[in-house]
Amino acid sequence: MAVVAAKPSEEPKSNTKITGQTNTITLRISRSNPSEGQESTFAEFQVPVQKWTTVLEAILYVKQNFDHSVAVRYSCRQASCGSCGMKINGRPALACYTKVSELNSNVVTVEPMNNFPIIRDLAVDFKQLISNHKKMKPFIIREDSEVTPESKEFIQTPQDLEKFLQFSYCIKCGLCNSACPTMATDESFIGPQGLAQAYRYVADNRDKGKDERLKVIDDSHGIWRCHFAGSCSHVCPKGVDPAMAIQLLRGYMLGFRK
Amino acid sequence: MAERLSNREGIKGMANPTRYGIERFAYWVQRLTGLGLLAYLIGHIYETSTIVNGKIAWNQMLELTQTPQGHILLTLVIGMCVFHTANGIRVMLGHGGIGVGKPGQPEYPYKAASLNYKQRLCIWVSIALAALAMMYGASVLFGD
Repeated sequence: MAVVAAKPSEEPKSNTKITGQTNTITLRISRSNPSEGQESTFAEFQVPVQKWTTVLEAILYVKQNFDHSVAVRYSCRQASCGSCGMKINGRPALACYTKVSELNSNVVTVEPMNNFPIIRDLAVDFKQLISNHKKMKPFIIREDSEVTPESKEFIQTPQDLEKFLQFSYCIKCGLCNSACPTMATDESFIGPQGLAQAYRYVADNRDKGKDERLKVIDDSHGIWRCHFAGSCSHVCPKGVDPAMAIQLLRGYMLGFRK
Repeated sequence: MAERLSNREGIKGMANPTRYGIERFAYWVQRLTGLGLLAYLIGHIYETSTIVNGKIAWNQMLELTQTPQGHILLTLVIGMCVFHTANGIRVMLGHGGIGVGKPGQPEYPYKAASLNYKQRLCIWVSIALAALAMMYGASVLFGD
């Protein structure tokens, strides 16, 4: 193992074809602890990988065999929990969902996601993301309830469902917020995750709370700050397409869409 | 200090057009051309305002702009103007929810419908129109 100070952008490039046999890659892990005033450095490890090895498995190999103090958040290992978002070779991605072999490099650099405060190493603080998500009132708002004995469930056609279904697949991994150019400069911006969730409920015909949500997002740090760069949709691992949700929501607010 | 703790990419990250496809490149060029056109507008107002100082001052200013450097600058302004307009129309329509696709069941490998071929085509058309306008502008400016 070697610990070297380096700029995140300094990334040695080397291409390799990983076959079914075991290959060895260099895994560069960003190590930092801002609360202790520790600047970011890179620790390098030689890790054996196979065609199916994910970046998360490579990091866990390091924890098991070289340095158990590497801080990384993970849980499901199957792109369902949204815990292991990080920057892999410069782009935000889920570590459990990214195979080393598809990176086409025998040097893999992992860093904490941008636009989130670093807790330690690869673990970032989701406080702002969760707080903005809550601000969007992510639940059906209406006075009557479908759980009273007299009422039946609210009827919804497959077409009604399709209007919001894809946006409900958000796992709150934060990759979209990390890739967003507005999030990079505006710390008050709600972010693509929150705005897409606002549309998820606005497009739901069972919901009656549109006005409450629109009041929150109709702000200079809200929906009007999105410039449709599309980076959020580029990195979304679940096909949520936040850029589409935001533009549809803006179209609705401007009166172009019902 | 605060930026380091929040790990925000800042302007450097916002202005990096290389990582997220042509849509991010178009976003970056749109911002850059917007700033360029603003600078040109200010310069243009300064240039034309010299007319209030009389004919001699105006002719002196014209001489300053009728140079190869001035022509290159104007050619760039033509390109910026055309790209900014054409791509701006695409972005404005997108902001109204037009041409960004329809929500549906996402299927692996989860290609985003909002980043569709129509959007990419419009970006390429904007680039092509800007290039054509610059070529025509340069031929007129340098032709004499």
